[in-house]
Amino acid sequence: MTSTMISRIRQSQIAQLIASGKRLDGRELTEYRPIQIETGIIEKAEGSARVRLGKTEVMVGIKIELGEPFSDRPNEGVLTTNAEFVPLASPEFEAGPPGEDSVELARVVDRGIRESKAIDLEKLCIIPGKKVFVIFIDIYVLNHDGNLIDASALAALAALTNTKIFKYEVKDGNVEIKPGFEELPLMNFPVAVTLADIDGKLVVDPWLDEEEVMNARLTISFDKDGKICAMQKGGSGTLSPKQIIKAVKLAKEKSEELRSLVVKKA
Amino acid sequence: MPVFFENRDIVTPGDLLAEGNFEAGRNTYRVDSKIYACKLGLVEYKGRIVNVVALNTFYIPSVGDLVIGKIVEVNLHGWNVDINSPYLATLRASEAFNKPYKPQKNELSEILDIGDLVQAKIIAFDRTRNPLLTIREPGLGKITHGQIVKVSPAKIPRIIGRKGSMISILKKETHCNITVGQNGLIHISGRNAEDERIAVLAIKKIELEAHTSGLTDRVTEMIIKERGVK
Amino acid sequence: MAEKIKLIDENGIRTDGRKPDELRPIKLEVGVLSNADGSAYIEQGKNKILAAVYGPKEVHPRHLALPDRAILRCRYHMAPFSVQERKSPAPSRRETELSKVIREALEPAIFLERFPRTSIDLFIEVLQADGGTRAAGVTVASLALADAGLPMRDLVVACAAGKVDGYIVLDLNDIEDKEGMADVPVAYMPSIDAVGLLQMDGQLTPEEFEEAFNLALEGCRRIYELQKQSLKAKYLAIKESVEEAVEEK
Repeated sequence: MTSTMISRIRQSQIAQLIASGKRLDGRELTEYRPIQIETGIIEKAEGSARVRLGKTEVMVGIKIELGEPFSDRPNEGVLTTNAEFVPLASPEFEAGPPGEDSVELARVVDRGIRESKAIDLEKLCIIPGKKVFVIFIDIYVLNHDGNLIDASALAALAALTNTKIFKYEVKDGNVEIKPGFEELPLMNFPVAVTLADIDGKLVVDPWLDEEEVMNARLTISFDKDGKICAMQKGGSGTLSPKQIIKAVKLAKEKSEELRSLVVKKA
Repeated sequence: MPVFFENRDIVTPGDLLAEGNFEAGRNTYRVDSKIYACKLGLVEYKGRIVNVVALNTFYIPSVGDLVIGKIVEVNLHGWNVDINSPYLATLRASEAFNKPYKPQKNELSEILDIGDLVQAKIIAFDRTRNPLLTIREPGLGKITHGQIVKVSPAKIPRIIGRKGSMISILKKETHCNITVGQNGLIHISGRNAEDERIAVLAIKKIELEAHTSGLTDRVTEMIIKERGVK
Repeated sequence: MAEKIKLIDENGIRTDGRKPDELRPIKLEVGVLSNADGSAYIEQGKNKILAAVYGPKEVHPRHLALPDRAILRCRYHMAPFSVQERKSPAPSRRETELSKVIREALEPAIFLERFPRTSIDLFIEVLQADGGTRAAGVTVASLALADAGLPMRDLVVACAAGKVDGYIVLDLNDIEDKEGMADVPVAYMPSIDAVGLLQMDGQLTPEEFEEAFNLALEGCRRIYELQKQSLKAKYLAIKESVEEAVEEK
């Protein structure tokens, strides 16, 4: 089994290059790796997408079911996001219940979608207090080469843009499914941008080796109007307040670039 | 060259103690020209060196230290000893006897069994392995009578006192044999239970008031008062 | 449509009588549990949180040990009776995430390299929750670590700020957290100007975020002074009583 741990020589190589404004893979400090997005690849899912961010590969499937609302929100549909770090994606991933990294990833992606109100949960209510639509966003990591959060958030958004919700009719208090589909209406398009701090420099879209070297990372999710809807610092190091403000500015620019890949219209 | 506190002030982790041409002493650290405290304790400015005498700490073994430990495991080659430290210590059979020894498990537990207390010395310790002990020197070995008091290892220097001043007073006034382990465990063996009780009281008082001045007098007074009560 | 609760009135006063930049009353106590190597307790508004540290000590299971430093393990957990609707004792996904971000806020403070092959186990138990428990949890955990005698670069202090009814406010309580527009918890080491925890949920423009962030840092600095006082409190009390006794003679 090969270890993904990188040697000390490589670690200092990466850090030194970044100090002079370059990265090992030739990118600028503020550049994303090449991104490929495909949608509608899993016909049995109500929505799906696959994102390749450099060599990182994430697939998201959307399943819609009928269910009960939460007791404190009887008029709202339910949105639930889950992530699986599939063992085949990395020698470091093991089969078993979700670890803290996969829980964190799912919750950060969910936050971006939920807080930006991308999905109008009230529209998903069928019979208040009894029957609502439940949207399952399942993030499936297929290859881990760094920056799983941005890839997952992008894949989730892309999957939602082509999600179909079945038609229904309420007869005598029962929900009957009718033939045909509607597109799930999206009210917002949240996008996550992750930056890593390496020796005081901010780099956008850290890949696996840079993640090993980084001091800390900051993920910021923006909605279509440039509002921040989620933020998460990660890693065992720290960031200075100045750096955080700088990161927010940089992330906002990059979020617009990313969004334009998923949302073709203005 | 500014200092920001007075000698014997209580400082907390992150407190800026001094700035300029100073040296970071015990329980402090340096960033550029600033010296910060890294533990709760009393700051001490000794010329250019800035120290913090920690008020509470755990014991990190040091070669040559006398320690008191408890046997927690007997195995083929010796014993594992709890010395009240993050690291479990090992006492090899070869360090328990002066003659060459062939290990047999049954025999070892007859000499020192789980739960036994020993006075031992640290003979080796570094970052890559657990501390090694010996009981081969005179005065070391199994503890068979008396009492053990546990204090924070940070207070041991105060209990010993400058050049042993405090510990000699304790021994004299309580008529007890007192062995102080650097790891915070102290063995008291007196003529009777009453003497031992007073010794324990005195040690606990020192532990509580270690950061104050005039302690030696107050402890002596307390011991005399306790005797007078009977 | 349900009546929207008014969280701030026309005079800028919040549901619990506070002004926008006011902290809830805070009580801190250090060294409250006799078995733990270090412990502390916090009350912040209605939050009641206990933190305890065991360690550094040998790592179990052994394969988790790191050869060159200690590992910090952190468990943030809420008691079943801590919230209005009983919470199942099983760890929730939220507790898993919070355990991680809290650990990542405290790790940079400790000189872990000084204790190779050991673990430092930190337990944060929320006995009663009323919003902002992760911030209060970081604040009290940091005291427990200092109480245990661990060498630290600085105390870690945390505070949240957010947006409620159009105002940027400090230290959100439970209802403000749930019904408000945004929540930004921050953990900070004031002496070295370093942020170890930063999260946000809600909707804020970048300018609003900067305002809330700076307000949270200001809250942190105020709580930091309380932390320092509480660490010294026990020893200062002893010093005073000893000096009084001497004067009486």
